[in-house]
Order: sequence, then C-alpha cells, then structure tokens
Amino acid sequence: MAGNITFDQPEPTLGGKLLALPWVFILMVVTLGLIGGAALYSAANGSFEPWAKPHLVRFGMSVAVMIVMALVDIRFWFRLSYPAYAVTLALLAGVEVAGKVGAFGAQRWINLGFVQIQPSELMKIALVMALARYFHALIPEDTQRLRTLVPPVLMILAPTAFVLLQPNLGTAIMLTLAGAAMLFVGGARLWLFGAVAAVGAAALPIAWRHMHGYQKRRVMTFLDPSSDPLGAGYHITQSRIALGSGGLFGKGFLNGTQSHLNFLPEKQTDFIFPLLAEEWGLWGGVALLALFALVSFYGVGVGLRSRSQYGRMLAIGLSVNLFLYVFINVAMVMGLIPVVGVPLPLISYGGTSMLAVMMGFGLLISVLIHRDAKITRRHPLGD
Amino acid sequence: MPAERGDMERYRLLTRRTLVVGGLQAGMISLLVGRMYYLQVVESRRYQMLADDNRISMRLIAPSRGLIVDRAGIVMANNDQNFRALIVSEQARDVERTLGVLAGIIQLAPSEVERIRHDMARHRRFVPVTVRENLTWEQVSMIEVNAPDLPGVIIDVGEVRSYPFADQASHLIGYVGAVNEDELDDDNPVLALPGFKIGKAGVEKYSDDALRGTAGTSEMEVNANGRTIRELSRESGERGKKVTLTIDSELQTAAHKRLLQERSAAAVIMDAQTGAIYALASAPGYDSNIFSKGIPADLWKDLLDDETMPLINKTIGGQYPPGSTFKLVVALAGLESGAIGLDHSVTCNGTFALGDHTFYCDAYKNGGHGTLNLTEGIAKSCDVYFYDVGNRTGIDNIARVANLLGLGLRTGLDVPGEHAGTVPSTAWKKAHTGEPWYSGETISCAIGQGQVAATPLQIATMVARLASGGRAVVPHVTKEIAGIETAPTDWPRIDFKPEHVEAVLNGMKAATDHGTGKDVQIKEPGMQMAGKTGTAQVHQYTLAEHDKGRIGHVEGDLPWKLKNHAWFVGYAPEDDPRYVCAVLVEHAGDFGAKAAGPVARDLLLLTQQRDPARLTVAAQLPTKPA
Repeated sequence: MAGNITFDQPEPTLGGKLLALPWVFILMVVTLGLIGGAALYSAANGSFEPWAKPHLVRFGMSVAVMIVMALVDIRFWFRLSYPAYAVTLALLAGVEVAGKVGAFGAQRWINLGFVQIQPSELMKIALVMALARYFHALIPEDTQRLRTLVPPVLMILAPTAFVLLQPNLGTAIMLTLAGAAMLFVGGARLWLFGAVAAVGAAALPIAWRHMHGYQKRRVMTFLDPSSDPLGAGYHITQSRIALGSGGLFGKGFLNGTQSHLNFLPEKQTDFIFPLLAEEWGLWGGVALLALFALVSFYGVGVGLRSRSQYGRMLAIGLSVNLFLYVFINVAMVMGLIPVVGVPLPLISYGGTSMLAVMMGFGLLISVLIHRDAKITRRHPLGD
Repeated sequence: MPAERGDMERYRLLTRRTLVVGGLQAGMISLLVGRMYYLQVVESRRYQMLADDNRISMRLIAPSRGLIVDRAGIVMANNDQNFRALIVSEQARDVERTLGVLAGIIQLAPSEVERIRHDMARHRRFVPVTVRENLTWEQVSMIEVNAPDLPGVIIDVGEVRSYPFADQASHLIGYVGAVNEDELDDDNPVLALPGFKIGKAGVEKYSDDALRGTAGTSEMEVNANGRTIRELSRESGERGKKVTLTIDSELQTAAHKRLLQERSAAAVIMDAQTGAIYALASAPGYDSNIFSKGIPADLWKDLLDDETMPLINKTIGGQYPPGSTFKLVVALAGLESGAIGLDHSVTCNGTFALGDHTFYCDAYKNGGHGTLNLTEGIAKSCDVYFYDVGNRTGIDNIARVANLLGLGLRTGLDVPGEHAGTVPSTAWKKAHTGEPWYSGETISCAIGQGQVAATPLQIATMVARLASGGRAVVPHVTKEIAGIETAPTDWPRIDFKPEHVEAVLNGMKAATDHGTGKDVQIKEPGMQMAGKTGTAQVHQYTLAEHDKGRIGHVEGDLPWKLKNHAWFVGYAPEDDPRYVCAVLVEHAGDFGAKAAGPVARDLLLLTQQRDPARLTVAAQLPTKPA
C-alpha cells in the first residue's frame, strides 16, 4: 500500500504540520462556536444552563478532535474512506433496529452506551469521503461512461433511503444534493443531471403518497402558513415575526421578545437563527451568513490547491455540505422552503451535528496540510 | 502540479465546475440576504407590530366608583374594601389539601368547592381563581395566620358598594349590579371587566355615567402561555365623580322611620321655591347592600310577592287617584278659565244632580255643608262645591291647569322609574277609547276620582308650584356633580293670575285652620302649616253600599287591597312658603286627615326645625373638575 502513496517533497514533520495549521480558518470556526454559545445563553434567558455550557464544552472537545484529525495524514483518511462509509451505513441500518424515538417521533439516535449519536450526521461526512475516494481513481473518460456512475449513485441512494425511512427529510435532501454536487464537480455529464431532475419530478407524486402525515403537513404549511396558524404554521409564522421584528439593528442581546417569551418554538435547535436575527438584526444575520460563506469558500480554495483528486473532491464536498446545512436551515426559518429539520451547524444545540461538522473541518485542514501528498490512482472497479 | 495522466484535464474540469457551484452558492446566499432584507427592513414595522401583539396584553383597571353624599356631605353610597380569597393552583402544591384547610376556616360548602375545581380546570395553572368574596376581617386574619398551611392562597382587595342608610334610602339611592348581556357596549370595554358593576336603580342608575369614572389601563408583557412577565406601563384611570344630593339624610331617615309606622306609605319633602327634594321616602324598602352583592333568589321572590310592593318607589312609581287634593287644581282651573269668579259660592245640600244621575257629598247624611265660598269649599273639601265648579269649568280647562301644575306628565325628576299619572281630557279619551267625553265623567274628575291618577311626587310638585306663587318648579335630587351645581334655583313663572293662586292657598290655610285638616295643625310660632287632605277611593261601591254611607268611612271589613288611600299635602310656613310635604298612606282605610295628616305634620315640623334649605356642606373642599 505504502508504495502507492508518495510525496514529491520530504514528509512534513509533526512540528511542521502544527506550523502549517490555518489559524485564521480555525479562528473563524471558533468564532462560530462561540456565537452558538452566546445564542444558547440567550435562548436560556441569560443562563449557561441548560444549553450554552454543554455546547461550549462539546465545542472545545470538538476543536481538539478537529486538530487531531487535521494532523493525521491524508492517506490514512483516503484508506479509511470506504470502511468509514460501510460502518456508518451499517449504523444507519442499525437505527432502524436499535433506534430510539427522538425529536418529532423520528428515529435518529443510536445509543452506544456512553454517547448517543446520529449516524445520519456522520453519514454526511462518510458519503463525501467515499465519493471522493471513488472519483480519485477515475480518469476523465471514465466519468463519461454511464457504467462508472452507477456505483456512486448507489452510494448516495443507499444512505438516503435509510434516512428517509427514519424519516429525516432534511438529511436525505442534504445527502442527495451534496452527492449530486460531487458528481457534478467530478465530471459527470450534464445531461445526466437533467435526466435525474426529470425522473425526480415524475417521481414527486409517488413520493408524496409515501410521505408521512407530518411531512405532507409541513409542505402544505409552507405553501400557505396561514392555513394552520396554531398548528404546523405556528413555527414558521413566529419565526418570521422574530426575524422581521429584529429590524436593521436588532433588539439587543438578551432582549429578543419572541424567543424569551417562548413564542419562538425550537429556538435552541432548528430555529436558533431567528433568535440571533431578532437580537442582532439584519447586520448580525448577514455577518453570520458571511462568516459561514467565508468558511465554505475557504474550503473550496483548499480543494483547488490540493494535488490529489481525493483531496480536491473531499474539500469541495465538505464545503458544499456546510453550505447546504446553512442554506437549508436559514431558508427554512425564513419560510423560503418547507421546514425539514436541519440544524444550523455550530450554532444549534446538538451533539452529533457539531461533532460531525468539526470532523469535516478536521478533514479539510488535513487536505490543506497534506495538499502536496501524492495518492496513487487505482481504478475503483479493480485493476 | 498535477502530473498523472489526464489529471490536468480533470483538474480543469473540476475547477470550471467548482466555479459554477460557487456561483450557484453565491446566488443562493444573495437570495437569503435578499429575503432577510425584505423581512427585516421592508416588512419590519409589520413584524414589530405582530411581535408586540404577541407579547403585550392590555388590561383595564376598573375605576373607583364616585361617592353619593347628601347635602351636608354625609356619605349615602360608599366603597368598602372587599376582601377576596383567591387560589393559584400552580402555587398550591396540593390543591385538595389546601382547599380542605381553607374549608375549615371559611366553611366552604361542597357546591362552592365544586365551582372552584371547575374554575381551576377551565383556567391555566397560574390564573388565580376566586374562592370566596366579601370575607370578614376575622376570616382574613385567620387565613393570614394559617398562610404556611395554605400555599397558593392569596388575599386580594377589591371594592364593594355599601349603603350606610340601607333600606331607609333604597329607592332613592338605588343599587349597583353586574352588567347584563344587553348592557354591554363595544365602545366601553370596562363594562366587560369581571366583577364590574353599574347602577341598576335610583341615583346609582340615573347618574351612572358620572359615578362610573374612567378606566385605567395596564400594559402587561405576557409570554406564549399567557403568563404575565411584567407590567410595562400603567395609566391610572379617573375615579367616578362625587354626586351631592339635595337630600337631607337625617330628614330622609326620619321620614322613612315615620312611614314604617304605616303598612305601606310614601312621602316627599321638597323645597317650594327651588324644587330641591329633601326626602324621598317609600316604605317598606329593601336593603340596597344585599342587592349590590347579588340578590339571593328567595329574597327576590319574597320582595316580588309582597303586596306592599317594597321594590316599587311609590313616590314616583305609584299612581293613585289624587282624591280631594285634586280640588286645588279644579279651583284654580275654574278661576283661570273664568268659569267662576273669586266670589263664587255654591249651596250644598248633600247631592248634585246631572242629567238622571245623582252625585253625593260626604256631608250628605248631615244635610250638606250649606252655602260655601271658594275658601270654605276647599277648607271643608265639599264635593258638591267642586261638582259645580268642575261642571262649569269643563274637563279640558281642568286638564290644562293640571298639566301646568305638573300632573299628567313626568315631572322630570332625576331618579329613574317615574310614572306620568293620568289627567284625562276630551282628546285623551278620544285617543284612548275612541269615545266622546261625557259631562258626568267631569264630575268624578272634579273630586280627583275617575280616570285621574297622580304620584306623590306630582302632588308635592303641584303644591310647590302653588306655594311658590305659581313658579314652574321642577323637583330634583341632584345638587352637585363633582362640586358643580347642576340644577337651576330660579324657575320661570307660570301664567297664573296671582290672586287666583292666592285664593287657592287661602283655602289650604283655612283647611288646617278650621277645615278638614284642623286636627293636624302645627302650633309652633312661625311654622304653621297649610294643607289639603285627600281620600282616594279604590273600591267601586255598589249603590247599596252607597246608601249605607260607606263613602270614605272606616272600612274595617274590606280587604286591605280594597281600602281607600289617604293623602295629605301641606306647606309651611303658611305665610312664607318654603317646604312642601306630600304623604300617601296606601289603603289606609281612613280619611286623609286622620291617616296621612299626622305624618305630614310631623315631617313638616321636623323639616322646619332642621331647615335643610339653610343646611349646606360645611367647609367643603374644592373638588377637582373633570
């Protein structure tokens, strides 16, 4: 195996790697985590309990995990890509067997004894790794062949199917879109996306019939929030009031009335962005979005600087993944898309989503530090 | 640099497509920012209003009701503290236990406990539910002492209306009660406040607008569950205006007590010059205090069934044939119309014949009164004299003068529930029955029988208008509202010839001097009373009864309801008229002079001794105008 992976330059030492860590990027990530802590402190009416403290503790640990993962050689992650995907897929399948009822009655948690984890969150990373691993081995001509695109499409569809069974529409959409973006960047032919879109549109009525009542209700409510102002439409109506009443400069830290008087539901998880935008106004909200955009585009930049196709695909996939998190969450709380249950990464309260996102950043930094590592290409369908 | 086979090509494709993805992402972020701009800048004001709608709840603070005081400033309607026990189920760790302890202190009936449980089930856990209102001071102390055993029990102080004069002024002052469904007014949300009470009778009702005051508002911040977080602002309301009455509460009490010696009676004491009412008493009454706290059904039924009709204010709501008191009207009408002169005399032999009908006089058995002039006709209350005058004058002339003296139409007293009485005329009969007037009917009316009906207030007003020398005095009980005089003190002159009015008053003086009222004289110098008696027939006598001479006599064997009413109306001092008193004793079964006269004499004497016209509020503080 080692013979397949070579560096043009001498292997970097641990000290060299530490020096190479992108401190500006890490500072941006830490800022996001601290904004999350402040928001959760406000969500609890100015208290570190019950959310801000665990959030900050977990964030500190996640930063450590990120840095450790960043220092691990990219070739290790390359080799781990398929096993990680396989194990996560197995865990996802296990959720259907050993899963425990979580929020909204959806089965999303798996209890490993010491910690409850959401395999669906881990899958967002594992899928990107596996697809990057697969595309690393392809030459451009391969991507033009339909046959070579069957395995990655299956890699996307398998976890999506499990996640839909849970049911978790938000993660299913994220897996599909992140996977599609990687196929696109990897070089799949454009007509394929048109065809898939057409098939998807044709499948919509069938999907509708198989959707859960609460999912249908969310879609209907999205189309007309006033149809159910006290039920499903309540979330989105109150969220919009929180956002809109914040105005240009906001009501001030700890002064949000919608959140503090409990009009805003799920304010510590999916609806934390309205809480922030109510207290910090348009400027605060735009600044937060800008910070996320910077982090995401930084990741794309990391990808473009990598010498290996694996590193490029991994970095871009992870960046798109982060972008999708933010976009779906914010668009959802603003009433642009139906409420699908996607948290705002590093801000929303919740253990595994933070850990998964920080692991992604760890991989991203690893790509950056090991950007010159050479990874020998082997055909994914066997030599 | 990419070195492997095709890697350069693959890198270029990846870069191109990454740029496409990046562009797409930039577009999506712009969409989010645009949406944020729309929500937070363009539509911000609307959402700010919606957020305030969410969190701000306006509550009304009931204003304190204005006091009602008499002319000397003595309080006749007051606001007492109403101690209420409330329970907040959220704070009561064990509601059943707390209610059990509470039941031992204030004796909660099972039905009350049931109501409390029902109320608690209907409201959120933090909403206080009333356990009991109108707690005594002892009960409040007991609850406070046992507070550690009564978690979640709160003592709250509200206001309840109290009437120090209770049943002595119940009809005059009235009472307050809960707002009915049909009394609710969208423009006046204070009416919908739980426990808010408005005037239901008497002055409480008539001056309700002034007494009510204006509600204050309190802006409360509430959370999504409706729990109050804090008070944002408070605008205190304005308490109701103080209403000062013309009433002399001591005279009112004395009048009521005097009337209670009769089974059912009414008395009006008023100022002949100004129209100010000093006492307006109707007996028996009811206790306004019970009414203002909600009338128990059995008490209500008892009051309704009582044949003395305690709920009716007889001074303004009772309509009785005025009997001989109406002769004052007929005399003036005869003079005013020119039908008779001041020297008109009639010879009474006990009967008066008109057509084929014979009308009798009280003096029939004694062979009649003989020849009488106007003064003696009134003094002796000779029916034949007035049959003759009435017959000469005609009903329409009588009706015109009666109306001018305040009969047959509401006087306009500022107490609700006044009746107009009846003064018939040819037009009145045509309108009511379609039939023409028969001259025989005028004969009955001439002695205040037949269709004629009047309230005691009207009879008092009639004499006030005569005694004031013919001024259109209007009776009123309201003296000041918030310190501002409300009634005129000078009234326009009615177009009567002074000598005609003088002649009628002379008749009244003669009546108490040596006529029908000679037994009820006031002997005190300068306080002599002039007056007129009246006996109003209730029962229509048969001819046989007539012949037995029953008219106006003691009717011991008739049921109470069929006995005659007794009237007396007088004024004093007779040389400088100031006070008028009209007394009606319902179904007295005796002459006015005997049953009602002594009451009027006692009251007019007391009135003159107290001299309420001179009695004003001592050292009255200036009241802030509205």
